[in-house]
Amino acid sequence: MRLPTAKPASPATRALEVVPPSGPTAWLTTFTAGAMTFLCVFALALSLASGRLANRWSEALAKTATIRLSAPAEQVQIQTDAILATLATTPGIASFRALDDAETRALLEPWFGPGLPVEALPIPRLIQVVEGEPPYDSEGLRQRLAAEAPGALLDDHTRWRRPLAEAASRIRLLGILSIALIGAAMAAMITLAARAALATNAEVIHVLRLVGAKDSYIARAFVRRFTLRALTGAAIGAAAGLIGVAALPAADAAGGFLTGLGFTGWGWLWPLALPPLAALVAFAATRRAAFQKLRELT
Amino acid sequence: MISFENVAYSYGGGELLSNVSLKLAPGSFHFLTGPSGAGKSTFLKLAYAELIPTSGRVILFDKDVTTLSRDDVARTRRRIGIVHQDCKFLDHMTLAANMALPFTVSDRESSAQDMEDLLGWVGLKHLADALPPQLSGGERQRAALARAVIVDPDIILADEPTGNVDWEMSLRILTLLVELNKMGKTILVATHDLNLIRQAKAQIQARVLRIAKHRVQLAGADL
Ligand SMILES: Nc1ncnc2c1ncn2[C@@H]1O[C@H](COP(=O)(O)OP(=O)(O)OP(=O)(O)O)[C@@H](O)[C@H]1O
Ligand SMILES: [Mg+2]
Repeated sequence: MRLPTAKPASPATRALEVVPPSGPTAWLTTFTAGAMTFLCVFALALSLASGRLANRWSEALAKTATIRLSAPAEQVQIQTDAILATLATTPGIASFRALDDAETRALLEPWFGPGLPVEALPIPRLIQVVEGEPPYDSEGLRQRLAAEAPGALLDDHTRWRRPLAEAASRIRLLGILSIALIGAAMAAMITLAARAALATNAEVIHVLRLVGAKDSYIARAFVRRFTLRALTGAAIGAAAGLIGVAALPAADAAGGFLTGLGFTGWGWLWPLALPPLAALVAFAATRRAAFQKLRELT
Repeated sequence: MISFENVAYSYGGGELLSNVSLKLAPGSFHFLTGPSGAGKSTFLKLAYAELIPTSGRVILFDKDVTTLSRDDVARTRRRIGIVHQDCKFLDHMTLAANMALPFTVSDRESSAQDMEDLLGWVGLKHLADALPPQLSGGERQRAALARAVIVDPDIILADEPTGNVDWEMSLRILTLLVELNKMGKTILVATHDLNLIRQAKAQIQARVLRIAKHRVQLAGADL
C-alpha cells in the first residue's frame, strides 16, 4: 500500500497545502490587482503620449521661426532686402523665404474671410526661417536684425512653445504619479488581505511553529499564494487595458492630443511589464506583512 | 539536554511555578504529575520554548532559550518530539500528511517505508487517509505520538498522552514510550494517572516529578 504522503510533491506545492484554501474571498485580491493594472495601463498611455506630445511640439516649433516686419510703406521693401541679406549671412539657417501677398492672404483668410485687400492694409511682411543644424543663435540674430531693419521682429515661438511643453510634461508627471499611487494602493490592499489571511489561520500557524517551521517557511505559503493571485489579476487587467488602448481610434494626421493616446513601437512593451511588477509588489507586501504578523502571533 | 535553573513563571497573576531547578539527563524517563491546573502543561511549554521564563534560565541543548532567535527555536523544536494535550493537528490534512508535517516544514522527505512502519507501530494504517476530526480520542493521541517521533528526536515531551483512552490503550501508549526510551530517547510524560506511573516503574527506571505548592520536586520511591 502506498500512502498519500509518498506521492512525490515538490516542497513548494506542499508549502501551499499546509495552509487551508482560503475560500470565496480569494478572488478579491485577483480582482483588485486586475482593476489596478487596468488603470495603470491608461496612466501609462497618458504619460507616454504626453511625453511624445511635448517632444513633438518642441521639435516642430523649434525648427521654424518667423520674422515679422512692420514698417512704413516706403521702408518695407528696403528693410525686407536688409533682412534677407542678414539671413543669408547668418550661420545655422537652413532656408528662409519671404511670404508673398497670396500666401499672406491665405494665412489670414480664416480670420478675415476671402477677398481681403492685403495691399491696402498695414499688414506686416512675414519671412519664414527654417533652422539649420547646428541652429542659429537667436539672440545674436535678433541684435543684428535690430541694427539692419528696425521694424523686424524675430519670433522663434518660445513664447507659446514653453507653456505647451510645460503642460505636456506636467501631464506626464501626473501620469507617473498616478502609476506610483496605483502601485502603493495595491500594496496596501494586498497587505490588508494578507494580514486578514494570516489572522484567520493563526491556529494553523501555531501548529506549524510547534512542529518546527521557520517563519520563512510559513511566510512562503502565503507569499506564493498572494503573488500568484496578483500576477493572474494583473495579467488579465493588463490584457484588458491593452485591448482598450488598441481599440482607441488611430491617431490621424492632425495628431490631436486625444487621438494620440496610445502606445507606439517599444511603448507596447511597457504594459507587459505591469504583471511582473504587480507580482513583485504583492511579493514584497505579503512578505513584509507575514513576517510582521508572525512575530505577533507566536 | 534540558535544564531549569531557578525558573519561575507567571501568566500575569501570582507565580504559577517558582524556584524550579532540575536537569533531564540524556536517556532518562521522567513523569511529571500534579493536580489539574498545577502547571504541568506550563512546565512543558517552558521546555520547548513556547513560553519564556519570567525569571531564571531554561537551557535547551546547552543554549539559554532567551538567546534563541525565532529560527533557532524552530530548529530546536525539530530535535524535540512533542505530544500536545490537545494533539494540535491541521484538520484539513489527512492523518498521514499530519504525521509527516515535521518533515514537510523542514523541506525534507519522509520515506514511504518509514511512514508505513510508523503507522503500523501505532496501529493506524487503515486510517492514513482519514481527517483528524474523524478520529477517536485514542487514535488522535497515538497519531500525535507518531508525529512526535517521526523526525527521530532526542527528547520526547508528552502532555497527558493517555488523557482520554481506556486502560488497555494507555498501556499500549506506555509500551510505545518505553520502547522509545530503550532506544535511548529522553522522555518526559505529564500525567495524573498514578496507575500508569506504577506500571511504568515495573518496566523501567522512571523518576517522578511532582508539582506542589508551585514547586517541582522529585517524588520519593513510595508511590
Ligand atoms: N495562557 C494562559 N493565560 C493565563 N493563564 C493560563 C494560561 N494557560 C494556563 N493558565 C493557567 O495556569 C494554570 C496551569 O495551567 P496548566 O495548563 O499548566 O495546568 P496543567 O497542570 O497542565 O493542568 P491539566 O492537568 O488540567 O492539564 C491554570 O490555572 C491555568 O488556568
Ligand atoms: Mg495540562
